[in-house]
Amino acid sequence: MSLMPELDRRAFLAASVAGAGVVTFEARLALAANAPQAAAVPVNVFVRVDTANHFTIGAKNPEIGQGIRTMLPMLIAEELDIGWAQLTVEQTLADDKIYGVQTAGGSNATPNNWLPMRQMGAAARAMILNAAAKEWGVDAASLTTKAGVVFHVPSQRQAPYAAFARAAASLPAPDVAKLPLKSPKEYTIIGKPMVGVDTAKIVTGQPLFGIDVSLPNMLHSAIIKAPAHGATLASHDASAAMKIKGVVAVVPINSGMVPMGSHDTLVVVADSWWKAQKARGLVKPVWNDAAQKGLSTALYEEQAAKALGAAPQVELAKAGNVEAALASAAKVVTADYSYPFLAHGTLEPQNCTGLWQDGKLELWAPSQNPANGRRETAAMLGIAPEALTIHMTRIGGGFGRRLLNDYMVMVGQVAKAVPGRPVKLLFDRTDDLRHDFYRPAGWHRLTAGLDAQGQLVGFKDHFISFGKDGKPVRAAEMSAFEFPTNALEHMQLGATYLPTNLGTGWLRAPTSNAMAFVYQSFLTELAEAAGTDLPDFLRRLLGAPRELPAEKGRPALHTGRARAVIDAVCASADWRGGHLPPSAKGEKRGRGFGFYFCHRGYFAEVADVTILADQSVRVDKVWAVGDVGSQIINPLNARHQLQGALIEGVGQALIEQKIEQVAGAITAESFIDFPLARIENAPREIAVQFLTPDFPPTGLGEPSLPPVIPAIANAIHAATGKRLRSLPLKLA
Amino acid sequence: MPIALTVNRKKVSVTTDSDKPLLWVLREDLHMAGTKFGCGQGLCGACTVLMDGQAVRSCQTPISAAAGKAITTIEGAKALPQGAALVEAWQAIDVPQCGYCQAGQILSATALLQANPKPSDAEIDEGMNGNICRCATYIRIRRAIRMAAGLPDVTGDAA
Ligand code: FES
Ligand code: FES
Repeated sequence: MSLMPELDRRAFLAASVAGAGVVTFEARLALAANAPQAAAVPVNVFVRVDTANHFTIGAKNPEIGQGIRTMLPMLIAEELDIGWAQLTVEQTLADDKIYGVQTAGGSNATPNNWLPMRQMGAAARAMILNAAAKEWGVDAASLTTKAGVVFHVPSQRQAPYAAFARAAASLPAPDVAKLPLKSPKEYTIIGKPMVGVDTAKIVTGQPLFGIDVSLPNMLHSAIIKAPAHGATLASHDASAAMKIKGVVAVVPINSGMVPMGSHDTLVVVADSWWKAQKARGLVKPVWNDAAQKGLSTALYEEQAAKALGAAPQVELAKAGNVEAALASAAKVVTADYSYPFLAHGTLEPQNCTGLWQDGKLELWAPSQNPANGRRETAAMLGIAPEALTIHMTRIGGGFGRRLLNDYMVMVGQVAKAVPGRPVKLLFDRTDDLRHDFYRPAGWHRLTAGLDAQGQLVGFKDHFISFGKDGKPVRAAEMSAFEFPTNALEHMQLGATYLPTNLGTGWLRAPTSNAMAFVYQSFLTELAEAAGTDLPDFLRRLLGAPRELPAEKGRPALHTGRARAVIDAVCASADWRGGHLPPSAKGEKRGRGFGFYFCHRGYFAEVADVTILADQSVRVDKVWAVGDVGSQIINPLNARHQLQGALIEGVGQALIEQKIEQVAGAITAESFIDFPLARIENAPREIAVQFLTPDFPPTGLGEPSLPPVIPAIANAIHAATGKRLRSLPLKLA
Repeated sequence: MPIALTVNRKKVSVTTDSDKPLLWVLREDLHMAGTKFGCGQGLCGACTVLMDGQAVRSCQTPISAAAGKAITTIEGAKALPQGAALVEAWQAIDVPQCGYCQAGQILSATALLQANPKPSDAEIDEGMNGNICRCATYIRIRRAIRMAAGLPDVTGDAA
């Protein structure tokens, strides 16, 4: 399942064009300023070896904290058959023509790279072996390797890979598809807990992030955006700001085209960000915002309430005759659910550094999708995409925010206004919260019918979110195959889309983070109406092991795998329903369950909660069982991703996370208005387990998050009898 | 007027606006990027440094208030015994995810252990509650602090 069909050919072309001694994948990170060893020889675009037999392995994907800079090199090193201590990881440039897809999104990096990255390691090893065979006059098949050394046992010869690197680099590339790969029991790196390759640098404060980029003669810039999203600039007066010593320019930039959601912006350029930021207050912009001023959270609520009672604008899916099924049902349950807009709140505010010179642009970009950023920035500047050189920095949190590249498009224009000088653009916290691409809010009216045996016989959902002309805005779509509707004979899903001026975007486990809450909560209501609990009700819905219908080209839910994680978490948490005895202090306690399948991963989770005296909710413990295929590549990082995702879920469920809008503008100003989970919100214990059935390895940063949210809602219900149907969950 | 202070045991002098926050003096004037800007509002702790041994939010500390003071940043944390133990524990159990908050976390933890060498679980949470980790590495922050303090290991992830 190579999703990078072109990678193999290009990987070698680039290496051979470069020739011995020339480094092709050195990301010229000015902040790192690591001069490559002159003697290092590229075997392919991902592997270099120096005369001391030390290896430099290229990491091609953006690192946002998901551990990819460690994980992809593990795959290469495994098949190259070198020791983990023998290598240094280096970020490649962003260049999809050479490296294939370089995106941090959709939990796709594992499934997309599992095979090609191992093949790149195996190919480099094969070329070294071929060179050794030639030099020693033996058959390559008689050679073995270990820890970067080639052995010919019959003649008792051995030599480090480095001895053959130069010769290997000039050999024809092998057919990667035919290369034998190790069997899992031969692994020495894959499946071993590996500490992150940057951890030592992070804990000693070395500059790694986009915000840390520091270039000679660099300028800094701060932004002024219209409060109402989508407003345009009528006029501005920058004369007072320009009088401040150190202020270089006030640049109006046009970000009204790509990506959607950006808009006219004024940028203050100075010799210090602090100064640029201060001078912002002296600039007097006038915005055209009449079209946006009328939009607000209150209006959306009102429109959604009205829409819920009306017929859906569009039909998403339909099977059988749902009305007849409901009419003949023994019991009909109906409920309304909702969730708010959310910001991403990456801790490193949005930023980017650019240098415009001779009609070309060099960027240092903390982007999750630099290839899109390249296209969009080039289009905005009217230059060829090839005129951009993009360095990828380490990224202080992504969560989907940096899949959209407004900061690249913006800094490109600023850089062009100050040619020859590098300039960094940096949002402050309020900018970052107010000019995000938000997880869209949504409302659902759900109606379901049960027969006398408690079987689900009909299901209807009217989904309200945002869009235009019957089409959802980005990340506001709903799957036509939402479980369990794709397992039912009679069902109907319809949607109504309200207008909004807000830019919307993907937030970790997009759509799923909301749908899991709605569906797994409502299914618990149905389970109770059927006289059982959610795990049992799910088992009945899942039935015999098979794949359920899915969107064309999208992964299908395998009911056997779903069932296995449900059973396993019930066993590890000793699930006997939601009832828990009160705490020693007499506080009410409860236990809840949630399951979800998304991004090819299966997760079932159980949460224990305590209701505190002030009616706030504390999550005490979470159990999570996941199935993301046969091999957990880095078990240390896998556990960390899960812990982070679960606590993020606690944050979305319990701590008043919501983005609100008044007169077209976002009101949140700080982490008080948009709180993030703090250490006090973290459960004391998180028990994590992976099942590893024989399916290809897939990603886990996203699918692990959604189920914990309904698990918490269900636990609150078990503790208090109150069914909370709106996020964030609030008892009092 | 140049302002003199000590940063990681080195005397430095900067000429800048007296209201410029210590955070930006460190990052822009002294080219020490380890101390991070997360909010500039005193709400996230990413910019935490020690000033005469006390944890302060450098984004809320005008450089004039740091005059004559001794500052410890992440770049110098290992010179303190608690800082060294924490950095080691942090690395051993791989606390960071994206890593952006971690300088502030380590400095807050250093101040915590200096004041309270054997903190309870509740005291750890209280001492660290001003530091946001958006990636939510909190289970390991608790564990690393316990390790550095020589307290029995509680992984927080046992079944
Ligand atoms: S940057 Fe200082 S507290 Fe957030
Ligand atoms: S590690 Fe990412 S914010 Fe803490």
